Amino acid sequence: MNFLDSIWLIPLFPLFGALVMLLIGKRLDPQAPSAVAIAPGIEPVSDEHGGAAAHGGRELHAGHGGAHHSPATRWVIRLLCPGMVLVSFLFSVGAIIQLASLPERVHQVVRYTWIAGLPFHMQDGTLARFSADFGFLLDPLSAVMVLVVTGVGFLIHVYSTGYMEHDGGYYRFFGYLNLFVFFMLMLVLANNYALLFVGWEGVGLCSYLLIGFYFHKKSAGDAGKKAFVVNRVGDAGFLLGMFLMFSVLGTVRFLDVNHVLTSGAFHPEEGHFGVLSAMALLLFLGATGKSAQFPLYVWLPDAMEGPTPVSALIHAATMVTAGVYMCARSSALFQLTPETSMIVACVGAFTAILSASIALVQNDIKRVLAYSTVSQLGYMFMAVGVGAYWVAIFHLYTHAFFKALLFLGSGSVIHALSGEQDMRRMGGLKDKIPVTFRTMFIGSLAIAGIPGLAGFFSKDEILWQTYSSPGGSQAIYLVGLITAFMTAFYMWRLMFLTFYGEPRMDPHTAAHIHESPRSMTVPLTVLAAGSVVGGWIGVPKLWSFLPDSFRVFEHWLEPVFVRASAHAAEAAHAASHQDAATEWALMGLSVAVALCGILLARHLYLRKPGLADALQRKAGPLYTTLYNKWYVDEIYDFLFVNGVAKGGGSWMARFDSRIVDGGVNGAGWLTRGIATVSMWWDTWVIDGAVRLSSFMVKLLSYPVRILQTGYVQAYALVFVVGALMFLGYYWVR
Amino acid sequence: MHPITTAHYLVLSAILLVIGTLGVLTRRNIVIILMSIELILNAVNINLIAFARHLGQVSGQIFAIFVIVVAVGEAAVGLGILIALFRNKETVQADEIDLLKW
Repeated sequence: MNFLDSIWLIPLFPLFGALVMLLIGKRLDPQAPSAVAIAPGIEPVSDEHGGAAAHGGRELHAGHGGAHHSPATRWVIRLLCPGMVLVSFLFSVGAIIQLASLPERVHQVVRYTWIAGLPFHMQDGTLARFSADFGFLLDPLSAVMVLVVTGVGFLIHVYSTGYMEHDGGYYRFFGYLNLFVFFMLMLVLANNYALLFVGWEGVGLCSYLLIGFYFHKKSAGDAGKKAFVVNRVGDAGFLLGMFLMFSVLGTVRFLDVNHVLTSGAFHPEEGHFGVLSAMALLLFLGATGKSAQFPLYVWLPDAMEGPTPVSALIHAATMVTAGVYMCARSSALFQLTPETSMIVACVGAFTAILSASIALVQNDIKRVLAYSTVSQLGYMFMAVGVGAYWVAIFHLYTHAFFKALLFLGSGSVIHALSGEQDMRRMGGLKDKIPVTFRTMFIGSLAIAGIPGLAGFFSKDEILWQTYSSPGGSQAIYLVGLITAFMTAFYMWRLMFLTFYGEPRMDPHTAAHIHESPRSMTVPLTVLAAGSVVGGWIGVPKLWSFLPDSFRVFEHWLEPVFVRASAHAAEAAHAASHQDAATEWALMGLSVAVALCGILLARHLYLRKPGLADALQRKAGPLYTTLYNKWYVDEIYDFLFVNGVAKGGGSWMARFDSRIVDGGVNGAGWLTRGIATVSMWWDTWVIDGAVRLSSFMVKLLSYPVRILQTGYVQAYALVFVVGALMFLGYYWVR
Repeated sequence: MHPITTAHYLVLSAILLVIGTLGVLTRRNIVIILMSIELILNAVNINLIAFARHLGQVSGQIFAIFVIVVAVGEAAVGLGILIALFRNKETVQADEIDLLKW
C-alpha cells in the first residue's frame, strides 16, 4: 500500500472519531449530565467523591469503580477514540518508512487549491497570485511531529479511558480530544502557512474547550477564556507575519518560501533586513503565544484547570510545541536575520529562568509541572535562537516523553489522593502507588538531566549549542545552566514532597489511596521506557566511541535544515577540533549542577524539613515574589485587563447606549417614517388608481348593459336583424 | 292547370321561414317558439328537396334527412331545457325569464 500518497488520510481518522463522538456520543454515554453535579472547588477527578458527598457522606464511596455502572456502550468510546489515533499512528509509521526510502525525503500531496486569490502586485512590482493548497507535506520534520502527536497522543488517550472513568461528559472529553489530534495533525502536516494556521487555530479552540471542560467551575471557564484571549494576541502576530511573507515573497508554501529565501535573492544587507526581521518577529510573536513564552506565557499555568490528560497532551507534549515547530519550519527565515534569532534566544532564556524560578516555590503539583513546561519550552527556543534547530526538535521529542509521563504520573497521584493537588498535603506515597512512583522517578531523573536518560541528551546538546554555536553566547549558556539547576531542584522537591517523608494527607484520603487501574499505569510504563531509551538516537558527537547510528536523529533532520546544518556543521566542526575538552567539561558541569539540585532538594525537603520553612521566612520578600509568580498576572491585570474590564466597560456601556442603541432606535424611527409615507402612497395613489380604473369600467359599461336585456327573444331579434343586414348588404351591392 | 314548378316550392319555403321567424321573435310561450323553430327547419327542408328535384340529384334529399335528425335532437334538448326551466321557474313564458344578462 502506498501510504505516502494518502498521508492526507492521517488527520481524518481522529476527525471521524471526533464527529462520531460529538454527533451521537451522548447516546453512547447516557449519564453525561452528571458532570454538572460535581462539587465545585474539587478537582473533579474525584467525581465519585463529589457524587457520594452529595448523597450524604464520603463513606458511601468504597474504593473506586463502584459508584455507578458505566454503560456497555462506553466501550464503543473506549475503543473508537484511542483506536482512531492508533490507526493514524500506524498509518504514519507506514508513510514514514516509505519516506525514508525516498532520496530527497520530501513528499507533498496537494488535494486541491483551497484559496485561489486574484493577481496582486508584490512589493517589487511583480505579479503574484495568492494561493493556499489543501496540501500536505511529509518531510523529516513533520514526520517527527506526527509520530510524537499520534504516539504520545495514543498513550494519553488510553490513559484517559481510565482517568476520566468517573467523570461526566466522557464522550465530550474524547470528542474534543480526537478533534484536537485532528487539528494538531493538520498543523504539522500542512504544506503552507495558511493551512498550518487552520490547525493552529483549531488546536487553540480545542485547548479552550478542554481547559474549560469543567465549565461549572468559574476558575476553569476563566482559565479557558484567558488562554483563548492571550493566544489571540500571538495569532494576530502570526497572521500579520503570514501576510507580510506573502506580500514580500509571493508565496506561503513552505518549500517555496525556503526556496526563495535560500536562493540568495534576499540579503539582509541589501535593504531586506527590516522586512525580513519584521516577518520573523511577527511569526515569533505567534510562537510566543502558542508556546507560552514571555510575555504571553501567563495562560499556560492557568490551563491546568483542565483535566490532567489534557495538560499532558495539549499543554505539555504537543500543542505548546507548535510554536517551536513553526519556528523550525521557518528556519530559513530566522537564519537570514541573526538579530531576530538573538531575540528568540534571549526570550527563550529569559522565559526558561523566569518560569523555573516560579516553579521553585509553587505548591500545586500541576502548577510546578506547568511552569516546568514553560521553562523547557524556553530551552527549545534557546536552541532555535542559536540556530540549532534539530536540537530544538530533539528536545521537543524527548520532552514529549518525560513531560507527558510526569503529567500523567501527577494525574495518577491526584487520582490516588481523591483530587488533592497540594503537595503540602501529600508525602509518603512511595510504597502505596509503586508503579506511579517508579515511572515518575524515571521521568524526574530524565528532566533533571541525569546521563543516560532522554532529557540529558537533548538538554546537554542545547547547552552545548548555546555555548559553542556562532549564534550563541556564554551569557545564554549561563542562564541555561542555572535553569538546569533549578529544574533539578524543583522536580526533586516535587518528588520528595509527594513520595517521600511522612504522609501529610487527612486520614480519610489516606484510607482511600489506591494504585491507578492498568489503563493508566501501562501508558505510564511505556512513556517511562521512552524517557529512558528515547535519547539514544541523538547522542553527542563527542561520544565518538558510539557508532553513527546513535546519532540518527540529526541525520534524519538534516535535509530540512540544510542551510542550518551547513552553518552548524562548520561551527561544530571548528568546535569539535578546538574544544573537545571544553565540551567534556561543560557536560560534566551540567551533570554536576543537576546532581547538586537533586541533593539540595533532598537536603531541604527530606533531611531537614524545617530548614525549608526557615529559609522561606528568611528570604521573605523574594519568596513572596516568586510565590506570586513575579506578579506578572497582577501587572497584566493592571495594564490591560482592568482597563478593558472596568474603564472599557463603562466606555462600552456608553457606546452601547449611544451608538448601538441609537442606531437601533434610529433604524426603528426611520422605518416608521418610511412606513407612514408608504401607507399614504398605498392608500391614495395605489388604491386610488385601482378604484379609478374600476369606476371607469363601470361608467363605460352603461351603454352595453342596456343592450343586454336577458330576454332570449331580444337576442334572437338582434341575431335576425344582423342576418338581414348581411343580406341587405349583399342585396344592395 | 299550371304545373307546380320549383318557384312554387321556394315561395312556400319562404312563407314558412317568415312565419317561423316571426313566431320565434314574437310568441311568448316557449313551446310555440320551439314549434316555430321546427317550421324554419322544415322551410329549409322544402328548399333542399325542391332543389334536389330541380337539379336531379339525391344529395339534397340526404341533407333533408340529416336536418330532420338534427331537428329531432333539437326538439328533445329544447323540451328538456323547457321542463327543467318549468320546474325551477314555474313558467314557460319567455318574457318572464331574463337571466341571460351580464
